[in-house]
Amino acid sequence: MKGIFKNPLRRWFWLFLGPVTAAFAIGFVWPFFQGIYLSFCKFKLIRNAKFIGLDNYAAALKDPTFMHAFWYTALFALVSLLFINILGFAAAYVLTQGVKGSNLYRTVFFMPNLIGGIVLGYIWSMIFDGILSRYGTSILMETKYGFWGLIILMCWQQIGYMMIIYIAGLQSVPEDMLEAAKIDGASKWQTLFRVTIPNVMPSITICTFLSLTNGFKLFDQNLALTGGLPFIIQPDGSNIKTTEMLALNIYNTFYNSNSASKGVAQAKAVLFFILVAGIGLAQLAYTRKREVQQ
Amino acid sequence: MPKQESLAAERRRKTIMSVVLAVICIIYVLPVLSVVINSFKVNTFVKTDTFALPTGEMWAGFSNFIKGMTFGNYPFWKSVAFSALITLTSTALILLFTSMAAWYIARVNSLFCKVIYYLCVFSMVVPFQMVMFTLSKTADSLHLNTPWTIPIVYLGFGAGLSIFMFVGFVKSIPLEIEEAASIDGCGPVRTYFSVVFPMLKPTMISVGILEIMWIWNDYLLPYLVLDINEYRTIPIHIQYLKGSYGTVDLGATMALILLSIIPVIVFYLICQKHIIKGVAAGAVKG
Repeated sequence: MKGIFKNPLRRWFWLFLGPVTAAFAIGFVWPFFQGIYLSFCKFKLIRNAKFIGLDNYAAALKDPTFMHAFWYTALFALVSLLFINILGFAAAYVLTQGVKGSNLYRTVFFMPNLIGGIVLGYIWSMIFDGILSRYGTSILMETKYGFWGLIILMCWQQIGYMMIIYIAGLQSVPEDMLEAAKIDGASKWQTLFRVTIPNVMPSITICTFLSLTNGFKLFDQNLALTGGLPFIIQPDGSNIKTTEMLALNIYNTFYNSNSASKGVAQAKAVLFFILVAGIGLAQLAYTRKREVQQ
Repeated sequence: MPKQESLAAERRRKTIMSVVLAVICIIYVLPVLSVVINSFKVNTFVKTDTFALPTGEMWAGFSNFIKGMTFGNYPFWKSVAFSALITLTSTALILLFTSMAAWYIARVNSLFCKVIYYLCVFSMVVPFQMVMFTLSKTADSLHLNTPWTIPIVYLGFGAGLSIFMFVGFVKSIPLEIEEAASIDGCGPVRTYFSVVFPMLKPTMISVGILEIMWIWNDYLLPYLVLDINEYRTIPIHIQYLKGSYGTVDLGATMALILLSIIPVIVFYLICQKHIIKGVAAGAVKG
């Protein structure tokens, strides 16, 4: 900004930037750096934290529940990514073909997004138990029920969301390109794969990364649907909750009865942050690269 | 002749697609319908006859609702009131202060502004678990643990996305309008409130909707920050129905779930267009 305005505005720094800076320091900056520091400490209360170097990280990586949660979460994120994106794209494709009542269908498919994760978990646990109880079992009894149950829940919630992004992408495909393909005698499938999909690649990138990070960060739905059950007992007496995902594992490590494990929990949280932020940065790098090419 | 045939085929294909979509649509609303029917069902039948209509001896009338409202030691209406209070004040606070900050950042663009801006962008990729322990301790020690003060925590933790969206929008506003206001004798405060603020309306709606959806449904942050015995929000209340009483009264739980999603669905049907636009805008955040 040139001259005229910049200096008077600067005098109002405290009014314009002050409140956000203060709240941001309290709500993010300080907790973030304190969290990084505490991941290198042994502590029960923050004020008597003792620096112990990398021991917490070693303990976190040796923890079988954490490693199990990592692989379980990764598998869940990948499977849910595939289902949500394929079905979301299919819904968007069908709804942009000029079918009657498209708006109504769009409204209905998007609706589950507004329901919170905890509530969603209880709705679906009632439904799954209503079905499974006929066979004398429950969603809490088997890992595979918990896994596929959560996949179904997430599909129900997220397909509509991805569909909205895909619809925006599909509507921006140039009409004349589709026209040209038709005149050249391309079949519906050829047009879809050779013209439409290459043109909506940006939306596909966004949705892929979005569902990947959503899958990794999932907490509320996981807590409310199975809470990590069932568990298997290890030879050494400890147990692994088989449907516990990373975020829930970190939460349980923080707030279990063993107050000495808080340092380990914070170290897990830092590793979790690096993982999620890594996915985010990969997305940024990828979209930037594509923008340059176009 | 072949052209007409293909038109007829096209029409037939569209009809089939409509029917298929209608069926999927019905399947899609079944979970919500099952909440409705089970909230009127006697508790013992919810598990055994989940998908049956509540007729005959299964019909519970409004007893589930009455029971749910007075369940345990915490009245439901208080949770609703606290949820509404926290959601509305936090959203108002975020909209006002982050838009002001974003304008300052976009127009002054000093080194400090850049630091704040990039920290905000960075905060969007940090998962809540990273800061949850230290944030709840910090909030405790600063007495931000009541429904009246927790909006400050939301302003801090939620600033990232809204600063990002507002800065992006402010940069697209031509400078000349503000310069004209300044030449006409407006100071920065007046320029902001009578010239810039009205122009930000579309972004305000998008950001506001994203924040409302996040805060209304948020479970972990208020659960860790608030004193649970005194203050609960709707998600905490529903989680506690299962948490603290050995066996759960599923009928009453479904009644409360129904009560808590009715306002959400009404809100959705009223502002549907804005919600879908806001979500699409927020998704592109990167």
